[in-house]
Amino acid sequence: MLAFTLRRAVQAIGVMFAVGIIAFSMFRFAGDPVNQIVSIDTPAAEREAVRKSLGLDDPVPVQFVRYFGDAAQFKFGVSYQFRQPVSALLMERMPATLELAICATVFAMVLGILMGVYSALRRDTVLAKLFQAVSLIGISLPTFLIGILLIYLFAVTLGWLPSFGRGDVVKLGWWTTGLLTLSGLKALIMPSITLGLFQMTLIMRLVRAEMLEVLRTDYIRFARARGLTTRAIHFGHALKNTLIPVITVAGLQFGSVIAFSIITETVFQWPGMGLLFVQAVQNVDIPIMAAYLLMVSLIFVTINLVVDILYTVVDPRLRATVGRAT
Amino acid sequence: MSVCRSLFAAALAGTFALTVSPATSQTLRYANQGDLKSLDPYSLNESTTHAHLGHVYQGLTARDKNLKIIPALAESWETPEPTRWRFHLRKGVKFHNGDPFTADDVVFSADRVRNKNSNMQTRLAPDVKVVKVDDYTVDFILPSPNPILHNSWDVWYIMDKKWAEENKAIEPTPVSATSPSYASLNENGTGPFTIESHQPGVKTVFKANPNYWGKMEGNLKEIVFTPIASDATRVAALLSGEVDVIEPVPVQDIARVDGSPNAQVLKAPELRTIFIGFDQTRDELLYSNIKGKNPFKDARVREAFYKAIDIELIKTRVMRGLSTPSALMIAPELFPLSKEFTRPKLDPDGAKKLLTEAGYPDGFEVTMDCPNDRYVNDAAICQAVVGMLARVGIKINLLAQPKAQYFAKVLKQGGYQTSFYMLGWTPSTMDSHNVLYDIMGCRSDPKSSRGEANLGGYCNKEFDAITDKVLVETDTAKRNQLIKQAYEISIKDWAYIPLHQQALAWGVSKKVNLPQRADNLVMFHWATKQE
Amino acid sequence: MSDAVASDSGKQSAPPAHAGRSRLSRALDSDIFYSFRRSKLTMVAAAITVLFFLLAIFASALAVQNPFDPAQLQLMNSRISPLWTADGQSPFLLGTDEQGRDVFSAILYGMRISLAVGVAGVIFAGALGIALGLIAGYFGGAVDGVIMRIADVQLTFPAILIALLVNGIAKSILGNRLDANSMLVVLVISIGLSFWVGYARTVRGSVMVEKNKDYVAAAQLIGLPAPKIMLRHVLPNTMGPILVIATINLALAIITEATLSFLGVGLPDTMPSLGTLIRIGNNYLFAGEWWIVAFPGLALAGLILSINLLGDWLRDALNPKLR
Repeated sequence: MLAFTLRRAVQAIGVMFAVGIIAFSMFRFAGDPVNQIVSIDTPAAEREAVRKSLGLDDPVPVQFVRYFGDAAQFKFGVSYQFRQPVSALLMERMPATLELAICATVFAMVLGILMGVYSALRRDTVLAKLFQAVSLIGISLPTFLIGILLIYLFAVTLGWLPSFGRGDVVKLGWWTTGLLTLSGLKALIMPSITLGLFQMTLIMRLVRAEMLEVLRTDYIRFARARGLTTRAIHFGHALKNTLIPVITVAGLQFGSVIAFSIITETVFQWPGMGLLFVQAVQNVDIPIMAAYLLMVSLIFVTINLVVDILYTVVDPRLRATVGRAT
Repeated sequence: MSVCRSLFAAALAGTFALTVSPATSQTLRYANQGDLKSLDPYSLNESTTHAHLGHVYQGLTARDKNLKIIPALAESWETPEPTRWRFHLRKGVKFHNGDPFTADDVVFSADRVRNKNSNMQTRLAPDVKVVKVDDYTVDFILPSPNPILHNSWDVWYIMDKKWAEENKAIEPTPVSATSPSYASLNENGTGPFTIESHQPGVKTVFKANPNYWGKMEGNLKEIVFTPIASDATRVAALLSGEVDVIEPVPVQDIARVDGSPNAQVLKAPELRTIFIGFDQTRDELLYSNIKGKNPFKDARVREAFYKAIDIELIKTRVMRGLSTPSALMIAPELFPLSKEFTRPKLDPDGAKKLLTEAGYPDGFEVTMDCPNDRYVNDAAICQAVVGMLARVGIKINLLAQPKAQYFAKVLKQGGYQTSFYMLGWTPSTMDSHNVLYDIMGCRSDPKSSRGEANLGGYCNKEFDAITDKVLVETDTAKRNQLIKQAYEISIKDWAYIPLHQQALAWGVSKKVNLPQRADNLVMFHWATKQE
Repeated sequence: MSDAVASDSGKQSAPPAHAGRSRLSRALDSDIFYSFRRSKLTMVAAAITVLFFLLAIFASALAVQNPFDPAQLQLMNSRISPLWTADGQSPFLLGTDEQGRDVFSAILYGMRISLAVGVAGVIFAGALGIALGLIAGYFGGAVDGVIMRIADVQLTFPAILIALLVNGIAKSILGNRLDANSMLVVLVISIGLSFWVGYARTVRGSVMVEKNKDYVAAAQLIGLPAPKIMLRHVLPNTMGPILVIATINLALAIITEATLSFLGVGLPDTMPSLGTLIRIGNNYLFAGEWWIVAFPGLALAGLILSINLLGDWLRDALNPKLR
C-alpha cells in the first residue's frame, strides 16, 4: 500500500517535470517577449539591451534550469505585462476561478444527478425525453456561443443579470469572495451555467447509464424479490451505488473545469486565472503562460493522485495494477 | 503602440480656472479594451498607460482639449537662445504624499527618464543638459536647436525625487527585475486623482485628490477602471448601464449605442494615420512568386497598387463612414498645409495598364502582413484591399495576426520580415518631423535611428536632406514649406499608400459629459456626471 | 473536450466491461440495424449528417461564389440581409457579411473545412491512440509505463491548451510563415494530439484482457509475429468502442476547432471555418446583423447535434446492456 502510494507520488512528480519541460520549451518559442515590453519606436539597441537583461540570449538549457529551479519554489518570475510577480497575480486571480469552478461543478452535479435519476427511472416520459434533448443541445453548442446567447438574452435584452465581472467582492484574508453580496451572486449565475452545462450533461448521462446498469444487477432484483419498496431500492441502493463513479468523474473533471474556464472567463470577462492566461497568450507573456500551465497541471495531477489512492483504499483489487481502472 | 501619446492636462483647469461648480461628486465606471499595467510612468511607452497615469501624474507641459500645448507644472517657458530653454516652475504644488515640487524633481526626472531601464528615453535626448537655476527655474541646454523639444513632454511625468530615493525607486522599474519596484505598484504624483487600489487586469480605483493644487473642472470623486477586452462584452456593459464610459466602441455597434436610451457615441477623427507600405530595399521579395527581382522597386507598380484601392468604398463599407481618407502620411490637424494635397483618383484600369508597362500583365503574388487587433477594423481593411488588388490581377496572401506576432515579424527587431504591410502611426511629437524621420527616412546608416520604423525601407537622399533642415528650422512658415516639399517628394515616389485617419469612438452614458481629445486619450478630470 | 472522452472511455473500459466485447461482431449484424430502424430520431440524425457531408463535398457546385477567393468578393455587396427580408438581394439566400461574402456559400465551404479538420483530426488521433494502445497493452512493462505516463501528462492539457501549444511550436518552426493551408495541418495535429488518449486507454485495456487468452497464446505458439497478432486478432475486438469514441470525438473535434477559431488561433478570416464565421459574425450581433452569426451558429449546432445523436445511438446499440 505504502509502496504503491509512493510509486504514484514519484510518477506524479515525473509528470510535473515533463509538463515543466513542455511548458517551458513551448512558451520559450511562442513569441518575442521583447516586443511586448518596448514600444514600436524603441531603438534596436535598446531592444537588444532588454533582451540581454531578460536572459533571453542565454543557452536554452540554462534558461530552463533557471526557470525550473524558481518554479519549484513557486517563483514564476515577473509578468512582462504587469511588472508584478506572477505568483502574486495568480494568487489574486485564483479565488475567482475556484469559486466559479466550484459553483459550476455544484450546479452540474445537482442538476445532472436529478435529471439523470429521473430519466433513468422514468425513461419513457416526456420530461425524460426533454432532459435528453436538453443534454444533447448542451453538448452540441460550443461554450462561447452559449455565453454570448445568455448575455444577449439576460443582460442586454432583459437586463436581469450583469454581463461581465464578479460584482462586488468581500475580502476574507487573501481570499476574495463574491458569495456574500447580492451583485456577486448575480454575477455568478450566467458564468456558472455556461461553464457547468457541459459537465451537467456528462453527469446526467453518466447517472442515467449507471442507474440503468445497476437496476439490472442481481442484487437489485433480489431486493425487489425481497419486497423492498421501489423508493428504498432506487434511492437506498441504486443511487448510492451510482454516486461513487459519479463523484469520481466529477472530481476528475474538476481540473478540466478549471482549464475550460478559459473560454467562459473570456466571454464574461471574469477576473480569474483563465482570463489572465488568455490575456497572457495575446500579449506573449511567457511567465504567466508557463505558470498557468504548471498550476493547472498540478491541480490535475494532484486530483488524479488522490483519486488513485482513494480507489485503492476502496477497492483492494486495484492495488496490484499500475494505473487507474484502465 | 506607435505612439504613445499621452496626456495630461489637469493643468488646464488650473490655467483657465473655469468656474464650473459641480452639483454633486460622483463615481464613474470606465472600461477600456486595454489594461493599466505598471504604475511606473517610465516603464512603458504605451498610450493607455499614459492616459491612466495622466490622472495622477503631470508633466511640465500639458495639452488642452484641442491638443494645444499649455503650461502644467511649468508656469511658463522661454528660449533665451535657440539652444537653451528656460522653464519657470509652478510654486506651491505638492505631491500626493505632501512633498513640495521643486526644480530638483525636474532634474531627477530628466535623469530617470533617460535611464537605461526607461522605455521613454526618446522624450529627452541624452546630450541635453538639465540645469537647476534656482528652486523654481530649470534650464535645458541643447547641443543644437530643436524647436519641438517639449512637444512630447505632456506625457513625461515628473516624479518626486525624495519619494523615489526613500523607496529605492531611483531607476525605472527594470524589465528584468525579479521583484516589482515600489514605483510600479505605488504612485506619488501631483495630479487631481490618487490611486486607491490597483489590481492589474481586474480593477483600478482612482480617488479625487482633496489637496490638488489646481481646480478640477469635472465633478468626479472616484473613477473605477475595468479592462474589458471583448468588444461584445464591453458594449453590453455600457448598454446595460454597468459602466458609464467605454473606449473604443466597435464601429458596427455605434448605431446601436446611439439608438439606446441611456448612452451615445462620441465620434471624431483620430490623429493616427493608417497606411500601406512596400519592401523597396531587397533585391528579391521575401514572400512573392517573382524571383530575381523586386517588383516594388518599380514606382509604376507602387502607383498601380495605390490606384487600385478604392478608399471611399472602404470608408462606407468597412469603416461605416467613420474614417477620413488621407492624402498624406500625417493627420490634417497636425500639418496646416495638408489642404494643398489631394488623393490621386481611383483608377483600376490605369493600374492594370501600369502593371503591364512594368512587365506584370498577369500580376504577381505577394504576402501582406496585417495586424488584427491593433487598429479599428484592421483585418477587415486588409481583406478589402486584398479583394481590390485581386481585381487588377495581384494575388495577395493575407497574413493577419495578433499584434504580438505581427510586430515581432515586421519591426527592425524581427529583421523587417515583410514584403507588403499595413501600419498605423501617430507622431509622438504631434509634428511632421517625426513622420519624415522615423517612417520615411533612409535606413542606410546603421548607427542612426533614422528610418527605424520605415519597415519597407523607402529611401531618397534628397528627401532626407530636407528632413534634416526641418529639424533645425525655427521659422514656422519656412519650416512648413520644407515639410511640404518633403511630402511632395514622397508622393512623387509613391513611397507609401496613406489610407485614412480612423475615427475615435467613445461610448458615453447620457449622464456623463466628457470632452474628447483627438489623440484618443480618455481623460476624466474634465468629465462631469449627473445624479 | 478531451477529458470527457477520456473519462467516458475510462468508464467503458473498466475491467468487467471488457469481457463482453468479443460478442460485438455478432451484434453488428442484427441488433444495430434493428435499433436503427426502430429509432426515428436516429434516422433523422443520420440523414442530416449525410446531408451535411454531401453539402460540404459538393460545396463548390452549390455555392454562388467561392468565399475563399477575394476577387469574387465585392465590398459593394457587403452586409446584405437574408433574401426573405426587406433588404434581401438575389442571389444571397442567407445574406452577406462585412466583406460581401455570401453567408450560404461561406457556410458550405466552412462546413467542408470544419468536417475535414474534424475527420482528419479524429483519424490522426485514432491512428496514434490505437498504435500506442496496442503497443502499451501488448508489451506491458516499461513501454506501457512510459506510454501511459505520457497519456497522464497529456491529460493535464485540455484540448485548448494543447492547441495553443502546437500553435506556438508551429509558429516558431514555420518562422511566422503560417498560411491558411499549413494552419489546417496545425489544427489537425492539435486536435489529434488532444484526443488520442481515449483510444489508447480503451485499446490497451482490451489488449491486456485478450492477450492472456488461449487463442493469442496459440497464435504465438505457431510463430505469428506480434504485430500480426495484434492487428488481425486483438484489434478487431476493440472496433466497437473505438467507433463510438470516434463518433463522439468527431463532434468534440469540430467544437474544438470552432473554439480555437473563436479564440483567434484557428483558421484565418480569409479561409473561414464555421468557428471563424461565428467569431466574425459575433462582432455584428449587437449591430442587428444577426444573420452573419446566426446561420453559421445553427449549422454548427445542427452538425454537432446530429453527430452526437448518431454517437449516442451507436453506443447504446453496441452496448446491449443499456438498451
